[in-house]
Amino acid sequence: MPTKTVTGVEVDVTDDGFFTNPDQWTEAMAPELAADEGIEPLTDQHWQVLRFMRSEYAEKGTGPTVRVLGKTSGVTVKELYQLFPKGPAKIAARIAGIPKPRGCI
Amino acid sequence: MSHRIVILGAGTGGTLTANRLRKAYGSDEATITVVDQDDQHVYQPGLLFVPFGLTHPEDIVRSRQRQLHKGIDYRQSPIDHVDLEADTVHLADGSTLGYDVLVVATGATLVPEETEGLAEWPPNVHTFYTVDGAARLEQALAELDGGRVVVNVVDMPIKCPVAPLEFCFLADWFFTDRGIRDRIQLTYVTPLDAAFTKPVAAATLGGMLDDRGIELVTEFNTGEVDGAGGKLVSYDEREVPFDLAVVIPLHGGQAYVGRSEGLGDELGFVPTDPATLQSTVKPNVFAIGDATTLPASKAGSVTHFEGDVLVENVRRFLAGQDLDATYDGHANCFIETGFGKAMLIDFNYDQEPVPGHFPAAVGLPLLKESRLNHLGKLMFQWFYWHALLPGRDIPGVGSHMPEAGKTTTPS
Repeated sequence: MPTKTVTGVEVDVTDDGFFTNPDQWTEAMAPELAADEGIEPLTDQHWQVLRFMRSEYAEKGTGPTVRVLGKTSGVTVKELYQLFPKGPAKIAARIAGIPKPRGCI
Repeated sequence: MSHRIVILGAGTGGTLTANRLRKAYGSDEATITVVDQDDQHVYQPGLLFVPFGLTHPEDIVRSRQRQLHKGIDYRQSPIDHVDLEADTVHLADGSTLGYDVLVVATGATLVPEETEGLAEWPPNVHTFYTVDGAARLEQALAELDGGRVVVNVVDMPIKCPVAPLEFCFLADWFFTDRGIRDRIQLTYVTPLDAAFTKPVAAATLGGMLDDRGIELVTEFNTGEVDGAGGKLVSYDEREVPFDLAVVIPLHGGQAYVGRSEGLGDELGFVPTDPATLQSTVKPNVFAIGDATTLPASKAGSVTHFEGDVLVENVRRFLAGQDLDATYDGHANCFIETGFGKAMLIDFNYDQEPVPGHFPAAVGLPLLKESRLNHLGKLMFQWFYWHALLPGRDIPGVGSHMPEAGKTTTPS
């Protein structure tokens, strides 16, 4: 399994950069992970989404889709795309240290 | 003591569940009440064929009530809400139904109003996901003599995820047949990163789009359908121009689910255990078909295969036994590919669609176009009304996915 080093700590990730063990993530890692995605600095609104992703994952075992984020995170879908331009659900999941959202089939 | 079973919805799942439960219980053992808001049971797989004049609205709609066996009570009323704590359904006409077991089978509904510009259905924007929409599209396609035709899935989940691709294949055939294919530019625009959700099938289906000169635009999250400007606009500000757009709107659960405290998730679907079909919101609530959160396609075949497990588990629940019947996510779809051919795919939670034959080594070819599959798809409508809804088994097709004819088996 691939690993990557964030803030000097080795963590397990998938080939496309998603954490496989969310417990290895700390809030201190978020700015560096965001910078890898071309997002800096992290604003309060970014953090609102990231914390929401973490709590949804803890509760449901999967990160929310963009549509669910838009309905429940307090940030509209339009704003989500401004915050995480290349796909809010995936990018925010990578920065929040949770596995790839299962999405829908 | 007689059990009170209330089933919400008289579509595929509600009807087959009611009929199977009626066979499982004598009239003194259980009362079965089914609720729906109208008496129009639509054979939804038929909607795909309406825009091309291959079938007609009157041929795919029947009475809901007449599909239900004798001894099943039918109540025609919108549902106001379900009171989970009081085990009571409140109907819009003010009456109430108490239950020992509730089965939610009210499917998914379209929510075009969640996409900017879509709720108004501009003259150049269509859908085939409703009877009226499909009929309106038939007229538009008959009048079209050239231009850009765009088929767009706004976001998942949608009912029958292969239907929009089938629409592309049939449109290619339809325009070729009319001698105007060279004047039509066909484009498939999807939020997914490939033509379909499952990798092996996605590669095959993507190749089939390519063979037919149908352009594929992926990872497009539609934010606006601009009818006047003739373009789709994504949230990340990409644009796809069109003269005629066929849009599959966002889906959600029925509005009453949102009004019923604790019953649904953010999108109005009922959180449901993927193996037992018991809801996770309360033990005496079960759900089937498109109304659930199951990680399976929202499709009639899925609902059909779930039926066996659901009925057995309702019976076990009422008898105070452990629920041990399990659903494996089995789905089975004919994919109409045009020119009188179709493809068949068969898969479950763990096994993605692969080549081979169904249901065993001698059978219908899988993931491959053939005339036999097209005939299978046409014949299926008969099975739907005469075997599936009445709750009879279809010979050779069980609820669990067969592995015998497949080129690879689950690891």
